[in-house]
Amino acid sequence: MSLRRAVQSVVLALALPLILIATWWFTTANSTSFYFPPLKTIVETFQPTWLEDPVSNSRIVTEAIPSLGRLMAGYLLALVAGVGLGVAIGSSAKLRAFTEPVMEFFRAIPPPVLIPILMLFAGIGTQMKILVIMWGCIWPILLNTVEGVRGLDEILRDTARCYRMRRTSALFHLIIRGASPQIVTGARQALSIAIILMVISEMFAANNGLGFTIVQFQRSFAIPEMWSGIILLGLLGVVLALIFRAIEWPALAWYRGYRQAQRGGE
Amino acid sequence: MTTTAPVHPPVAAPVPARRRWRSGSALLGLAGVAVFAALLEIVPRAGLVNDRYLPPLSSMVDSLADRVQTGEFWEALRQTLTTWGLGLGIALAAGIALGVLIGSVSFLRAFTATTIEFLRPIPSVALIPLAVLLYGTSMQSTLLLVVYASFWQVLVQVLYGVQDVDPVARETARSYRFSRLSQIRTVTWPTTLPYAMTGLRLAAAVALILTITGELIIGTPGLGNLIAIAQTSGAVESMYALVLVTGVLGVIVNILARRLERRILRWHPSVRRESAS
Repeated sequence: MSLRRAVQSVVLALALPLILIATWWFTTANSTSFYFPPLKTIVETFQPTWLEDPVSNSRIVTEAIPSLGRLMAGYLLALVAGVGLGVAIGSSAKLRAFTEPVMEFFRAIPPPVLIPILMLFAGIGTQMKILVIMWGCIWPILLNTVEGVRGLDEILRDTARCYRMRRTSALFHLIIRGASPQIVTGARQALSIAIILMVISEMFAANNGLGFTIVQFQRSFAIPEMWSGIILLGLLGVVLALIFRAIEWPALAWYRGYRQAQRGGE
Repeated sequence: MTTTAPVHPPVAAPVPARRRWRSGSALLGLAGVAVFAALLEIVPRAGLVNDRYLPPLSSMVDSLADRVQTGEFWEALRQTLTTWGLGLGIALAAGIALGVLIGSVSFLRAFTATTIEFLRPIPSVALIPLAVLLYGTSMQSTLLLVVYASFWQVLVQVLYGVQDVDPVARETARSYRFSRLSQIRTVTWPTTLPYAMTGLRLAAAVALILTITGELIIGTPGLGNLIAIAQTSGAVESMYALVLVTGVLGVIVNILARRLERRILRWHPSVRRESAS
């Protein structure tokens, strides 16, 4: 019975993706349209385009790895700075009131318009791209951290103080832990912004990277290669989202239990 | 937000003190903006950064004042808002319709779950080359990105909402033989609406980001395109002025979305509790 259930759910989960891919495959099979080459051609170009024979020379190493490196660097810097500043600002009501309108304004600026500005300061190199990604990612993390720290249970805070919890352990076990649901929300928003900015900064001005390569394919009308690049970017987004969830799931296990207990108690 | 646990106020903190504090915090916020504006003026003037990279605020404002008198600026603003509104509208309509449909049929929900999970994280900017090939630099290119990006925000929220429907209410409606349509209208929709509004708020911000991005990168007409032109022609003040405009636009969009949410949900317990306290 339960085996049948399991099989059923696997079939259900895989059915639509398979149907969609099959539809794509067969409707374009004899396609002569220039912009929509047969999926077969795209799949066949994927390997020579991205994974050439000596792997060290392949585009996956020369283009995708630098892109991912910049993404991670900018994102992690934003995470550290955002949580750090967020804890500081969130702990002081005055500081919060003082900075909130300015931060809201910064958050509201669509991050890609910062590319031309940061290009003035940092040229078009790696540094500019990391700065752009960091700048775009920091606001959702910062504002959510502030919100999370502000919403901490005051009784918990007072308890920690009564028990003379040391400052560093209060910081990690009480403040950051307590604000972690909001921090995670901000970090998730920031991740999709980071991917957008990684691609955009390379499309706008670069000499390597995924975004740059894909635009080159498009400009030289190498359509199957362009499609393979779009698929690669899509896979990248999916994989990063999966990694994020793998980290988030255990980190917020306590919170899910807590929520469930609260709901059950009502 | 999550602190539903009663927070006991200290004995010596009556309500009026809180009121006073609230106007005080608005003043502090204004002070923050003033300090920021002053820094933006003083730092370039004092030569701490090259004023060719960061012009003082007053020259940004001057250049904005020049811009505002041209028809080109207003035309670009109109085009940006049109793309944004149209994209958001399409995404909202499609997201709500599909979300309610998929969410209320459990087979469809199981059938589409993995597909949605896979399509959602695909970065919309990956579609830029395709959009350029299909539509060139016309408005549709950007519209495609905007619709794709904001559609998922709405759809996912609506799906959450439909699943949140109280099973007792649903069973009751079914026992009384409500028709499918009136079940959706009287049971599903009121539960889903708050989620849909959250989706709208998120989608409005995302749609604006992608509208400007598309204009900047693809070159479809609008404010983003003006920024790109200012950048290539080295008009730094003008570029900063336009960036400030996009920021103000973003703030207005956020405020309006929040207002709309509160207005539409004024019957909802969460909003009523907030305004009562």
